[in-house]
Amino acid sequence: MFSLELLLEAILFGVLLGCFYAAVSIGLSVAFGLLDVPHIAHPAVMVLGAYCTFVLGRLGWDPILAGIALMPVFFLLGMAIYRFYYETFEKRGTDAGVRGLAFFFGLTLIIEVGLILAFGVDQRMVEADYIGKSLKIGDMRIPMRLLVAFGVAVTLTAALTFYLSRTFTGRAIKAVAQDEPALRLMGANPVRIKQRAFGIATGVTALAGAMLIIVGPVDPSLDRVYIGRTFAVVVLAGLGSMTGTVAAGLILGISESIVLTLFGASWAPAVSFGLLLIVLGLRPQGLFGR
Amino acid sequence: MNEALLRVSGVSKHFGGFTALADVSVEITRGERFGLIGPNGSGKTTLINCISGSLRNDGGSIVFDGEEISGLAAYQRTRRGIARSFQVPRPFSSMPVFENLVVPLEYVVHRGSLHKADTHREALEILRQIGLADKAETPSNQLTQVELRKLELARAMAARPRLLISDEAMAGLSSSEVDEILKILFQLNEAGITIIMIEHIMHAVMRFSQRVMCLDAGKIICEGTPAETVANPDVQRAYLGA
Amino acid sequence: MKRNGAGFWIGAAVAVGLAALAAFTVKNEYVFFAGYLVLMSIVLATAWNILGGYAGYVNFGTPAFFGLGAYTSVVLIQSIGAPLAVQILAAAVMSGLLGLGAGLMTLRLRGIFFAIATVALVVIFETLFINWRYTGGATGVQLLRPPPLPPFESYTKMLFVVMTVLVVVAVAIARWIQTSWIGRGLRAIRDSEEAAECSGVPTLKLKVLACTVSGALMGAAGAPMPMYLQFVEPASTFNLNYGIAALASPMIGGTAHWLGPVIGATLLSSLQQIVTVTISNEMNVLVVGVLLVVFVVAAPDGILGLFKKLKRAK
Repeated sequence: MFSLELLLEAILFGVLLGCFYAAVSIGLSVAFGLLDVPHIAHPAVMVLGAYCTFVLGRLGWDPILAGIALMPVFFLLGMAIYRFYYETFEKRGTDAGVRGLAFFFGLTLIIEVGLILAFGVDQRMVEADYIGKSLKIGDMRIPMRLLVAFGVAVTLTAALTFYLSRTFTGRAIKAVAQDEPALRLMGANPVRIKQRAFGIATGVTALAGAMLIIVGPVDPSLDRVYIGRTFAVVVLAGLGSMTGTVAAGLILGISESIVLTLFGASWAPAVSFGLLLIVLGLRPQGLFGR
Repeated sequence: MNEALLRVSGVSKHFGGFTALADVSVEITRGERFGLIGPNGSGKTTLINCISGSLRNDGGSIVFDGEEISGLAAYQRTRRGIARSFQVPRPFSSMPVFENLVVPLEYVVHRGSLHKADTHREALEILRQIGLADKAETPSNQLTQVELRKLELARAMAARPRLLISDEAMAGLSSSEVDEILKILFQLNEAGITIIMIEHIMHAVMRFSQRVMCLDAGKIICEGTPAETVANPDVQRAYLGA
Repeated sequence: MKRNGAGFWIGAAVAVGLAALAAFTVKNEYVFFAGYLVLMSIVLATAWNILGGYAGYVNFGTPAFFGLGAYTSVVLIQSIGAPLAVQILAAAVMSGLLGLGAGLMTLRLRGIFFAIATVALVVIFETLFINWRYTGGATGVQLLRPPPLPPFESYTKMLFVVMTVLVVVAVAIARWIQTSWIGRGLRAIRDSEEAAECSGVPTLKLKVLACTVSGALMGAAGAPMPMYLQFVEPASTFNLNYGIAALASPMIGGTAHWLGPVIGATLLSSLQQIVTVTISNEMNVLVVGVLLVVFVVAAPDGILGLFKKLKRAK
């Protein structure tokens, strides 16, 4: 049975977790929500980022700094992936949907297996001052690492939202999602903008990967459960809505936390996917959809 | 005596905060040649989408041949006799030209009684009418722009509609090509098909239409004979001002 | 490719005949053990292609339908000791219903949402069966084989022949759909769903039909699995890797024709088994991933498409 205190702790945990989920889904919100790329490999790229952070961590880097340092690298990686995707699939038209999806699926497999071959299937962790300690508030203990991830998540989300609404490139990205021909008439090159947007989304994912390994140990198959979580957040938010991503992340985080407390860990992976199915069945445009 | 084949009453359509159609009402009589004009973004294609069923209208009613069709799926409306061509051609690119027509022949005209030999022959006949007979076996992803436009019309014709909506079938065509399409549309109308034509090519619309309606920003700003419409100051302002 | 109807059925009879002949003459059990897996992959790939190849709706959820079929068998075996034929039929019905339900719920949406929803199905079913004590929960359940039906002396050999029959059934259904007006409607949906709808094609109904048939066949393919392995547990049954092969095989072989999944699955499954045995299980997944990407990028019409191009070039 559960007490009110346990419930409160679960909710608080869920809020922190939810913001984390929102932050790791933001890259997908841009790539899929705004740019319409069937980027099912997003969680795999994030796990790749987590492992890169692990490697840097073994060299003595602090994981957050490692994540930030990886961002430009992943930005370039993202630009390259989008360029390839665009040239091979989007240009060719009708069949692109099926083949593009299959392509990203294949990419997921390659990344996953590549990680297994390089690092084995065991879990990997990273060390830092704030990992292993907890903060006491009343009777509740909150893991420090979750607070750190929460802080980074909030900063990242705020920064990206600001970028998209205040800078020229950011607004161009939002514009290209809504009205590509108009953008073209304004003299901007939509392909370049989309490429840059995808690069940003991937760069952000590097930091998300760093947060992932801060929050807990990673193993190469972690991408599979995060497919559910990130897509649940993006779909629940409504494609293209940044503020929605935060709200959706919170809903997912709290739901998962409560299920975990009430029913145990064996039911937790299904929460995100169950939520996803419910949203798709009842209100596919999400909370704030276009 | 001509009754209304299509009665659109108070139809509106919103996309989020944007109003694409606001309280549009019009009646199309049986056998009429009706022109629909308006600057880009005025809501012409949205109106067509609401009539053909690709979109659901948010308010108002659409009555076709005495039946309310707002709640019907697009394929059900096609089976009741409404066919449309697409502004940007959407051929069934994995199929040869004639097979594009077999789809509506099988799914609209010959539902419940399929004799394969007939559909191929029927498709060829329609292609002959429209001037694409020599391309019957060509993969439809190898056609020129003009040929694609003709295929769009041919596919709509294959559904044996009572109301045919042609969405900018002539955009970008040469003068003689425009005449070709116009001739086909006149022939179809003579055979009894009611036609709604959306076009930017003014002389084509004026030659073809018995009545013309002009939309701007989702609202009707004029409806009348071609001569009346062209002379209307609101229409002139919409085109020159936009 | 115009194929004479009689020719197909003669070929099918020959295939089943050969399988039966092998069952009575070849001694090495391993051939049938491995062969069963190849045949099962052909059924899964053919089933996948009905919705994925013909209509263009990518389904990652093969393990959900397959696994539900397997667990339907488990429940029937444990409760009433049902014979294999009943297991297969019941599995087909259950997975067909799943296809119907999931299809109705998600096929109104764009392709990628359907794809994600199918991933969700796999995880949810795996979670459900992990938590269901009756079928063994997370640790799974061991099963005893009943004696094989005469004239077979080995259960594995019998399953091999049963699976051969399933291949014929699956391919026959795929072939019928492909060459019929239903197949044309599905192709129209794949080429341009909006234009198909406006040409009178009831797109949702057809998609749901394809999903139901596809699911039913996948369930049927999963039904003999518990008897084949004599052991079932959720993690390996609802393994996404089944979904990978079912998706990759038609992409490699060719999605437009029923022969594509047959060729693709035969090649891929055999390759997978060789790699797993000689190198490692992880390498096997890598091989599939790489082949999938290579074919999707460079040879979008698969091996069949390459053949066509070669023929035209001559």
